[in-house]
Amino acid sequence: MNKVYIYSGFERFWHWTQASLIIFLALTGFEVHGSFEIFGFEKAAQFHRIASWMLIGLIVFAIFWHFTTGEWRQYIPTTNKLKDQVLYYLVGIFRGEPHPTSKTKLRKLNPLQRLVYLFFKLLLIPLTVSSGILYLLYKTIDQNNIVVIENYPLESIAFWHTLGAILLMIFLVIHVYMTTTGETPTSNINAMLTGYEDLDDEEENKNKS
Amino acid sequence: MLKNIFIVVILVIVSLVLVNVLHKEETYNLKLELLKQEYAFKPIPSVNHYKLPELQKDFKTPQEVTEACLSCHTETHKEVMASSHWNWERLSYVKGEGVSLTGKKNVLNNFCIGSNSNEKACAKCHIGFGMDSNKYDFENARNVDCMVCHDNSEDYMKGASMAGYPDRLVNLKSVAQSVGRPQKGNCGSCHFFSGGGNNVKHGDLEAALLSCSRDVDVHMASNGMNMECVDCHTAENHQILGKLYSVSTSNTNRANCEDCHTNTPHFSNVLNRHGSKVSCQACHIPEYAKVNSTKMAWYWSDAGKLKDGQPFHEEDSLGNHDYLSIKGSFKWERNVKPDYVWFNGTARQYKLGDKITTIPVQINTLFGSHNEKDSKIVPVKIHIGDQIYDKEHMILIQPHLYAEEKGDSAYWKDFDWNKSAAAGMHNAGLPYSGNYGFIKTKMYWPVNHMVAPKEQALSCVECHTRENGRLANLTGFYVPGRDTNKMLDKWGFWLYILTIVGVFGHGAIRVGLKVYNDKYSKQIIEYHGQDLSDDLDG
Repeated sequence: MNKVYIYSGFERFWHWTQASLIIFLALTGFEVHGSFEIFGFEKAAQFHRIASWMLIGLIVFAIFWHFTTGEWRQYIPTTNKLKDQVLYYLVGIFRGEPHPTSKTKLRKLNPLQRLVYLFFKLLLIPLTVSSGILYLLYKTIDQNNIVVIENYPLESIAFWHTLGAILLMIFLVIHVYMTTTGETPTSNINAMLTGYEDLDDEEENKNKS
Repeated sequence: MLKNIFIVVILVIVSLVLVNVLHKEETYNLKLELLKQEYAFKPIPSVNHYKLPELQKDFKTPQEVTEACLSCHTETHKEVMASSHWNWERLSYVKGEGVSLTGKKNVLNNFCIGSNSNEKACAKCHIGFGMDSNKYDFENARNVDCMVCHDNSEDYMKGASMAGYPDRLVNLKSVAQSVGRPQKGNCGSCHFFSGGGNNVKHGDLEAALLSCSRDVDVHMASNGMNMECVDCHTAENHQILGKLYSVSTSNTNRANCEDCHTNTPHFSNVLNRHGSKVSCQACHIPEYAKVNSTKMAWYWSDAGKLKDGQPFHEEDSLGNHDYLSIKGSFKWERNVKPDYVWFNGTARQYKLGDKITTIPVQINTLFGSHNEKDSKIVPVKIHIGDQIYDKEHMILIQPHLYAEEKGDSAYWKDFDWNKSAAAGMHNAGLPYSGNYGFIKTKMYWPVNHMVAPKEQALSCVECHTRENGRLANLTGFYVPGRDTNKMLDKWGFWLYILTIVGVFGHGAIRVGLKVYNDKYSKQIIEYHGQDLSDDLDG
């Protein structure tokens, strides 16, 4: 076991800012949706717009980071040991068995995480963000000060946006819970905060396999 | 650790809140200030009519005044006589029905019903003299009443039931010498009192506007801009801008807020974008009839009760008539929240002789729907009631109501619906079967005045709310905060709950098993320990 610097500064900044923004967007978004009242509709809608642009900005940076650092390779899906991973969460974890896959700097994600995060990045976030952008641009004001309304129905835009939001919230619950399944219940969160995590040596791993 | 998460979360939220708090909303609104400046200066007339030699005489008849006016304004009568104020009708177009002449001559309402055969009383609000029947000569320029609109002395008034002639007490000379630009009182003398009393019909036009606070009307407030009606309802060649859809049909010649305030009057573009589907009035007139009550319902079927053979009246706590033997019973309301409808600027009216196709009878219909490009949500006063109709011909009846003496078949003197209906319909040249009844009616009055100060404009939640919002009755389109996909919400909610239960279940089993296993392994250790000690002892 070795203390490894696994999450870079940007990665951690990106993760926590995205987390806060998504939670804040959920609070304001579901208020606009009419689910509860916290800020009042007017403020909620206003905050939601501001936070949504911040999130879009952050995502642009994150995409850039993924490609320039090559971190996108972490998300290449694999079926290798996928079944083992699922079985571990369903059975093994209760028996105190060891994790079926080991975490290294080059393989931060287990096969199940790869699949779920790929779904998150390629479907869930694009669905929610793009429907959100269409929602934002439903009515615009053109150069002649005339309000232009798009042809698509707001109702279906709202449907997809709400669907995305609900799935994100479900993701959030499971995601937060899964952080407790590391070596110790706080080791994963700790790593995302400090950047360091106790991992098996990569050299060791190579030797093993 | 958790502290760090909280700090990051709180920092983000605080920065978002700060953005909002530090953003000052009270920026100087240059557009509005320019308008205020423009209308702060009241026009000064270039002619003082008091000094004109033509007006230095004792006029015996009001027609002599008109002749004096026309001696200088030689062609003006032509303009006036081309207006609907004079003709009581104008060329109208209704989609699917074509072009026709529509106006007070041939439409009905659910207040005093109609002018036919009652001209002598109704003509109090005609800009002419001597209209006492439907055979009026609309070509006689001498009968144009210049004074009713242009008197600035506030002494002019039309006589009650005098066919549009001025009251006998009016000093025609002083009125003629003090003419000028129409003031609120000129327009108000008819438009405030239509339907037989102050604020009866409109609800947003009443005598209180002559001297009101900004809370009642920001434009006309005497402690505010103190604007005149004609500041917005401008006129070119006596054709006045603006119309009301109790008598109008087409989307032309309208006075719009946007004419002065532009399409994008707000700093917030979210609000500006609302303007494509929501009229200015919808948010900026939260209530109408803010000072005096307005009639919301009128039931003619209750008319005709007599006490000792004499007509009587009853009043409600605010002093409004709620029963009149000659007219029936009424409902009055004050500080009324408007109803809201989709409206594209076109309408149709029930015209004398039209077959009844719906119950309640739509006295006027405002066209529009959420999926039409030109339609907007507008506030309306809906006036309901019942009134007399011919059960066999299925048409609304124009009753003969007003007469000076008994024995002229007029309902207000004789209290005989049958005779009144026969006389009225005969006068209008329409059939009457002798079989009458009372039928429910509905009439829509767009609310355009009593614009409140911006602080009192509707807040978002008045409409963007799940239940009982102002737009609760308008369906078929998606309002964020009001509408949801019920299935998605239901499934989403239960899936979310299920996830939380699942996660806690999974966690509980993990913790439970861990505690059990820990205990178990401890026991083994203890057991082994005991074993060992036994061995040692042995």
